[in-house]
Amino acid sequence: MSNPKSNTNMHIDLFREQILTAAKTKTPLSIQGGGTKSWYGNANSYATLDTRSYSGILEYQPEELVITACAGTPLKEIEAILAEKNQVLAFEPPHFGDAATFGGAIAAGLAGPGRISVGNLRDFVLGARVLDGKGQDLSFGGKVMKNVAGYDVSRLLPGSMGTLSLLLEASVKVLPRPAATTTLRCHVAQARALQLTNEWAGQPLPLSASCWIGNSKGGDGELTIRLAGAAAAVKAAIPLIGATVNAIELDPKAAEEFWRNLREQQLPAFQNPNSNDTLYRLALPAACGLIAIANMSEDIVLEWHGQQRWLTAPGDDATFASIKALANTNGGHATRFKQGASVDPAKQRFTLLSEQTHSVALETVQARLRASFDPAGVFSTSRLP
Amino acid sequence: MIPMNMVTPPPELAAITALQSTLVSALRPILPEHALLWEPEDTIPYECDGLAAYRRMPLAVALPETEDQVAQILKICFDMQIPIVPRGSGTGLSGGAMPISQGLVLSLAKLKKIISIDPFTRTAVVQPGVRNLAISEAVAHLGLYYAPDPSSQIACSIGGNVNENSGGVHCLKYGLTLHNVLKVRGILMNGEIVEFGSLAPDSPGLDLLAIVMGSEGMLAVVTEVTVKLIAKPKLARVIMASFDDIEKGADAVAAIIAAGIIPAGLEMMDKATTRAVEEFVHAGYDLEAETILLCESDGTPEEVAEEIERMTQVLEEAGASGIQISQNEAERLQFWSGRKNAFPAAGRLAPDYYCMDGTIPRRNIGTLLRRIQGMEKKYGLACLNVFHAGDGNMHPLILFNGADQEEWHRAEEFGTEILEACVELDGTITGEHGVGIEKINSMCVQFGEGERESFWGVKSAFDPEHLLNPDKAIPTLNRCAEYGRMRISGGNLPHPELERF
Repeated sequence: MSNPKSNTNMHIDLFREQILTAAKTKTPLSIQGGGTKSWYGNANSYATLDTRSYSGILEYQPEELVITACAGTPLKEIEAILAEKNQVLAFEPPHFGDAATFGGAIAAGLAGPGRISVGNLRDFVLGARVLDGKGQDLSFGGKVMKNVAGYDVSRLLPGSMGTLSLLLEASVKVLPRPAATTTLRCHVAQARALQLTNEWAGQPLPLSASCWIGNSKGGDGELTIRLAGAAAAVKAAIPLIGATVNAIELDPKAAEEFWRNLREQQLPAFQNPNSNDTLYRLALPAACGLIAIANMSEDIVLEWHGQQRWLTAPGDDATFASIKALANTNGGHATRFKQGASVDPAKQRFTLLSEQTHSVALETVQARLRASFDPAGVFSTSRLP
Repeated sequence: MIPMNMVTPPPELAAITALQSTLVSALRPILPEHALLWEPEDTIPYECDGLAAYRRMPLAVALPETEDQVAQILKICFDMQIPIVPRGSGTGLSGGAMPISQGLVLSLAKLKKIISIDPFTRTAVVQPGVRNLAISEAVAHLGLYYAPDPSSQIACSIGGNVNENSGGVHCLKYGLTLHNVLKVRGILMNGEIVEFGSLAPDSPGLDLLAIVMGSEGMLAVVTEVTVKLIAKPKLARVIMASFDDIEKGADAVAAIIAAGIIPAGLEMMDKATTRAVEEFVHAGYDLEAETILLCESDGTPEEVAEEIERMTQVLEEAGASGIQISQNEAERLQFWSGRKNAFPAAGRLAPDYYCMDGTIPRRNIGTLLRRIQGMEKKYGLACLNVFHAGDGNMHPLILFNGADQEEWHRAEEFGTEILEACVELDGTITGEHGVGIEKINSMCVQFGEGERESFWGVKSAFDPEHLLNPDKAIPTLNRCAEYGRMRISGGNLPHPELERF
């Protein structure tokens, strides 16, 4: 891979200086882009390493389906340049604010509504350039779709939340915007929504996303589904879906707004009414049926055909413990995604590896991995345990 | 470099025999008699994988039948500090399963049960020895299939696919093994059972599943794989387009992608290949074309009709000299038959062929093909070019006679120069076959010292004693230093008449 490593870059030199100083003084650095997701992950009060000075799109050739950009590049800038060529980041990263950066999106590793049909953010990462905890400028992966030379280190970075290395640049795969998109809505009970979306996903239908919003205690809720693909495929799928449920087609503008608001958690169901509450995220296998805990709010949001569920409940440890147990029993895991203002910020937000079966030994592996990239603990903010 | 001689000189035969008998007596109590081989006539089939030029005899071969036996073998070898080379079906093309002289070959071939199939969640849980194609066959009645389809899919195992992150003809649209595996259960070298990934869309902590994928048997021994199944497309059709100029063909590939189409398959064959395969399969290829593109669309009948029309238009605009569209399944298979039989056809042209696997950005396909033409003259060897054009994954087949050591030597040098050209053209030395033992020196070219050191850090995080397939994929710093000294600029070696060890 040709990498302009010999190029002296002032911003990179400054980052390296910060890293080496932190290593010497044993004070971790909290990597931050636009800070739009600063509430996500475990809280810390370490000094910030701001990535935004290292910004810009380095390479974009639409026919290669790859874009390479600096970590500090605004996410909206990337999406805008792709839109000009009718291409998209198919994993639909949530922004959670105007200032969201490319690097921040990768470090958080979050994907939007289409995740089950197109894949996770990490599936799209092809290569990365990083500064490790020793200040070494390293490049992994590359700019091509198929590459099995060396361990796939660039795919370890998504979701690592800045605890492994400082991401400088990344190359990600992009896709053409689907030729046609249609959104349908119907009213069905939660169990029926789980059944239907998974059945549709197993058929040759252009199902691209699903969302059920309703009352966790029972009754019909609103099931919204998105079909995307070749115009003929979408057109042919509408009557097939219509034969099963009584669905209406959403106006394209309203539909786009709905999916964006879902991704950005701007829908009313996400508006946490109580400052003692926490928005919990559950990642679950497709086979998981209805779930409930005693003290949760009525609103529940199901995405990804039920594999990502959002519920609001008190932020205390006992509640999190029961939610974690519920997720674990069903083969998934739970996160304190967003805490209300009165909940203690010092709380552990994630399920630990030691709390899951056959993951205990991986805690040692993970600790050794981090130590090898970052022996002095420059990135050991514990933002991700 | 003659591979047989790349091995460091073996220690005293007596010492090896002693080690062998200690290992065999330690393993005997936990394995049935037929599951442990050590006599040379029994272990010789394991001396190499699909890359037959690189061979070595192991101390012994174990063929466990249960996960528990695998764990016990690992523990015993861990305690004795004996290295292990995991092996699936042995179809790998980079020598990743080549034995270690003082090590054990651990074959997972007998773990070949399909444990469960769940049409509702579109998943199947299988043991590592299950053949790739067997998964799709087992779920076909449900209208589902497992998408990655390496050309060895009749024989290659899913455990091997995980370790190589295998691709195939359809990965342009459907992804690699990485994109189609949800969870891997495995055993660390110290015998601990672990699970990477989960049936849920993500897992706590770092994404270790991502790094285990394609790790060439160096991080954990795979004992169970949960794969994603997808709905079988109702229909597939293929366009066969001829071009009178290789460059035009390469540009057509980029034009299709730029038009916003992701074909189910997009393959290219040069004139030498079409001529070789036509004689073999009689697919009706245009023998005058400099290059042929196979461009497949799959989905619902409506979708396929729309896409075929759009692709035809793009191909015409790109200057195709001839276009044929498959009218039925039989014809589609006929169009594909040449592509699928390119390797056996190459085998008819020369006693041996050496298959390369670099990937480059699509825009550089034409440049690389021209350079390969130059190298054919330089090395005095012919090369067929047949490849996954859609994702820039090239498979040059260098024809040679293996009985002639000097010719093999030239073939190897030819291959190395192609790989270095791939790196120079912003690509990689291996797209899907893995580094194994074969491309280990080229890793010194693709990666700097810092990256290689990080790879060893990853290795040590999983296997601190470096006992799992330790001589593959990641070169040591010493090896790269030696390789650097051996090469001089321009690819010419000093004293080419001398053998190098």
